[in-house]
Amino acid sequence: MKQLRPLSITNGRLVTPQGVVEAPLRCVEGVIVEGDPQVGDDMVDARGQLVVPGLVDLGVFAIDKPAFHFGGITRAALMPDQSPPLDHPALVRFLAQSGKPDLWVHPLAAATQGLAGAQMAELALMRDAGARAVATGRKWIGDSGVMLRLLQYAAMLGMVVVSHAEDAGLAGNAAATAGEMATRLGLPSAPAGAEALAVARDIALAEMSGARLHLRQVTTRAGLELVRAAKARGVAVTAGVTPAHFMLSDLALGDYRTFARLSPPLRCEDDRQAVVEAIGDGTIDVVASGHDPRGPEDKRLPFADAAPGMAGAETLLAMTLTLVRDEEIDMPRAFDLLARNPARLLGVAAGVLAPGMEADLALLDPDTPWVVDSREMAAAAGNTPFDRQPVQGRVTMLWKGGVAIDR
Amino acid sequence: MTLPPNHSASHRFPAGGRAFPHRDLIAIGALERHEILYLLAEAEQYVEFNRQAAKHSDRLAGLTIINAFFENSTRTLLSFEIAGKRLGADVINMHAAQSSVKKGETLIDTAMTLNAMRADAIVIRHGSSGAVGLIASKVDCPVLNAGDGQHEHPTQALLDALALRHKLRELGHQAEDFTGLTVTICGDVLHSRVARSNMLCLQAMGATVRVCAPPSLMPAEVERVGVEVFHDFDAALHGADVVMMLRLQNERMDGQFIPSPREYRHLYGLSPERLALARPEAIVMHPGPMNRGVEIDSTVADLPGRSIITSQVEMGVAMRMACLDVLTRKARGVPGWGVAKGEWV
Repeated sequence: MKQLRPLSITNGRLVTPQGVVEAPLRCVEGVIVEGDPQVGDDMVDARGQLVVPGLVDLGVFAIDKPAFHFGGITRAALMPDQSPPLDHPALVRFLAQSGKPDLWVHPLAAATQGLAGAQMAELALMRDAGARAVATGRKWIGDSGVMLRLLQYAAMLGMVVVSHAEDAGLAGNAAATAGEMATRLGLPSAPAGAEALAVARDIALAEMSGARLHLRQVTTRAGLELVRAAKARGVAVTAGVTPAHFMLSDLALGDYRTFARLSPPLRCEDDRQAVVEAIGDGTIDVVASGHDPRGPEDKRLPFADAAPGMAGAETLLAMTLTLVRDEEIDMPRAFDLLARNPARLLGVAAGVLAPGMEADLALLDPDTPWVVDSREMAAAAGNTPFDRQPVQGRVTMLWKGGVAIDR
Repeated sequence: MTLPPNHSASHRFPAGGRAFPHRDLIAIGALERHEILYLLAEAEQYVEFNRQAAKHSDRLAGLTIINAFFENSTRTLLSFEIAGKRLGADVINMHAAQSSVKKGETLIDTAMTLNAMRADAIVIRHGSSGAVGLIASKVDCPVLNAGDGQHEHPTQALLDALALRHKLRELGHQAEDFTGLTVTICGDVLHSRVARSNMLCLQAMGATVRVCAPPSLMPAEVERVGVEVFHDFDAALHGADVVMMLRLQNERMDGQFIPSPREYRHLYGLSPERLALARPEAIVMHPGPMNRGVEIDSTVADLPGRSIITSQVEMGVAMRMACLDVLTRKARGVPGWGVAKGEWV
């Protein structure tokens, strides 16, 4: 759908990287333009609300439009862990079109054939079919030789490599982080150090190859220290996290609640605090939902037998706003994490309210209170670890390319 | 001998159902000290009862008890079956190997099916931690955990406590609990639900608990559960009043945890020489089945006066009778045991 008439949003406060400013915003033909509202524009009065960029969700496992639109997400980078895996250009081309016009799906190319971690997939063909980056999927690539060649090759193609940093040998079939909670519950567990080990290797290989590396989730103090140090050295590494790892610790596993079965598993309280600090100091660049709706057949099982993953799209924004309310970050930084940085990683002209950018916009009432309810979610399934948690902040209107989305 | 009337335990416990305000028995971790002591007190009558020639009661007559075992078991299943039958219940054993579980039915569906058959109690063993609690949340009758993954095996810990208390009384100790006692649990602590339940139960009863295993078989941060951690068996035995040996759970091991059984025995096998490092008269326990010659030498396992391994088996039946008795009191309308709906805590 094309934007037929110019759109002007007035009386709102715009969240821009430079700060929150009171100004009108005008969009013409799907793009944000400079200049004041003009007679004949579609006018939207945003009094009392924030005008923010549509969220760019880096790393989802399912295309779940109702949930994305509820959460203010206008672009989603789809993980290659699909059935079949996204290791073929035709699949990429199909999925890149699948959300249009009101949601843009950016497929992440499977790094290896069948995501098996052995043979490199056809990355250039997939790039030209619309893949915005390469991802190792839910798993780490254990073979360092394969990973190095992958990084070198992706660097040549100018594609970011999105890695899952958990040492496979240590992680095994673990369903929890080794510690008191896993011991009391008798759950198969892996030491939290499985992450630092994988982060260290991936950073070393990225340094060797000159590739751009994005660690989709860094969830431990030790892992974050490594990222911080690498960034200080000038390594092209970025890091992401989902709200689960800054909101929850492994105490949430009590009662074997499978909605808290995640990959990587929830960590101890000290690691949770380290994630909050890393978001504050800029070590973490991206907050994503990891949206993975799972129905009862995957979740109404004993804890270790349940599939990992959470339905996170609807709560992504509200959970991130808790960090603003707690004064860990300011509002512009929140939208750097949710929109601007992921858009940059994917190389798309979106995620920030600036002239020339795609008019993916949302109106946000940051104070609207609501309660997360797993039984009444817009998502394909209600597997949220935040069930019954009161939160604040709700998207009231959403535009993709200047066209209002009927939510 | 006929059984005394229900709720025979003395006035030291809260009246009626408040003595044990739980519908299910899932985990020792969910019990208070006085609730554990209450179950042990209730079991005493059955110890005597089981030693008679004619040992049949109609206390649970008319009730249906399903033993749903999703994991192989011989002794625990047999023990629960005998316990139910001696109390006059109709006991049905469901083996996972023969069940629709193999046909892809989910655990919840199996639970709903058992529930629809109107069992009055379900005894469950399952290979996944938390599975028994999950089933309990979906059924209307009391559920007894006969072992869930690496989580808990509460009746084993209770019967161990009962057997140990009997032995202590035989030795002249009259205390109701284990205050002042040091118990060393040695073996595959990581994979053992028996160890988890016993750590909690023994500590609730006042004992000092040591656990001993190579680091590869020791759960992370187990000291946070309150136990002392040892890797050197000789040191762990020094001053111990009770030595509880655990089996190597090869079937649960995912990867290599020890170089060989021979090497394991070298470091952690309970030989007569090692046992001599513990207190004189130290008691030897093992939940079975034993790997003779690996974690325990035959001479120790069969040591008269010291090994109470067969007594543990005997107490198992009495303990499970007590658990079935207590948990079905509401269904049987025993006065004071929560006739009104929702009276369970």
